[in-house]
Amino acid sequence: MPARSCALCNKANAILKRPKTGQQICKQCFFIVFETEVHNTITNANLFKPGDRVAIGASGGKDSTVLAYVMKTLNDRYNYGLQLYLLSIDEGITGYRDDSLETVKRNQTQYDLPLKILSYDELYGWTMDRIVEQIGKKNNCTFCGVFRRQALDRGASMLNVDHIVTGHNADDIAETVLMNIMRGDIARLGRCTLICTQGEDTIKRSKPFKYTYEKEIVMYAYFKKLDYFSTECIYSPDAYRGHARAFLKDLEAARPSAIIDIIHSGEAFEVAEEIKLKDQRTCTRCGYISSNELCKACALLEGLERGIAGMGVNQYHLDNLKQYRRESIAQH
Amino acid sequence: MSLDQLNLKIVFGGGLELLFSNQRSHNISIPSRVNSKLYNGETTTTEEQNIKSFSRRPGILVLINDTDWELEGEGDYVLNDGDEIVLISTLHGG
Repeated sequence: MPARSCALCNKANAILKRPKTGQQICKQCFFIVFETEVHNTITNANLFKPGDRVAIGASGGKDSTVLAYVMKTLNDRYNYGLQLYLLSIDEGITGYRDDSLETVKRNQTQYDLPLKILSYDELYGWTMDRIVEQIGKKNNCTFCGVFRRQALDRGASMLNVDHIVTGHNADDIAETVLMNIMRGDIARLGRCTLICTQGEDTIKRSKPFKYTYEKEIVMYAYFKKLDYFSTECIYSPDAYRGHARAFLKDLEAARPSAIIDIIHSGEAFEVAEEIKLKDQRTCTRCGYISSNELCKACALLEGLERGIAGMGVNQYHLDNLKQYRRESIAQH
Repeated sequence: MSLDQLNLKIVFGGGLELLFSNQRSHNISIPSRVNSKLYNGETTTTEEQNIKSFSRRPGILVLINDTDWELEGEGDYVLNDGDEIVLISTLHGG
């Protein structure tokens, strides 16, 4: 088959078909459009201002590795004036996180960015290995999700950063839109397409890869020969997301724009404004911002420590349910 | 094509190498007559069934000599001696 020339420069041979546009482009033009689109996403959403201290949530996986590389590149190229940090959470999962953290440590040197690693063990006195030993594989993702969110916040305040960026890509967000629709989680459906959120605390979280296709992230990592780690978490066969993911990939094969289309659908839903959050207070056990006497992490920890982990999980789901009912009642 | 054997280099990445004893790069030779296509929906041997079902799994990127296989006709591409095929999973966590 004859080599096709690049649709952008008309010179070099095309090496990639862009899923977003169907264009056939060469390697150099791919690097340029990939980076420029992320830059446009950042500037259109006014994500940063000069002098911001920004932590990159780094797992050692493909998305966060490419994010670290691109954030560093754009910060230098466009003089964002950001102080960048790598922030990693060690969940304490032998054979998974210990290996991926080695990748992050190499990235620290490769990209010359300061790295902070924070472990569940030091924050909570429990590793995921021990939690799973006690409660089994079922429900362990609830612990990990609550713990990670708080750990990232705590790591961010230790680094004194204003902002955490994560590697969530367009495919991830489209999956989440589908999952929220299938679960009827209207409150989350309204929030999940936001490029920037600010939670209970003052630290912003954003997703510069919101419009970036996973295929292009992986191709970028491949052609730039970036060093990343890829293994599934040994405790989380996230079955529900797995189905959404397989479905989305089938849709994408039939129509590549499906991913962006689903994100746009998610954005276009008019979700009634959430009711005012409960008054904020601080957790009586750890001092973290909380809407209850105990923050979510401490509620889970109490259950673990008493050896009745189910209680923590049930309480957590009960709280979620209550919140959801309050929101539903308020909206009707 | 008159060669009896095609020599190919197959490289697995993105976590797929874990299915192959964690070895990323494999040099293989295949009979050129039976399997001259990367994906042939009409053949029925077990081995090619595997290839067929594999090629249909979305979320695995394929590069032929460092070019996106979507530019090479995907499954209609006819393999040549010395080709390098790279398969990268996008399905693993980021």
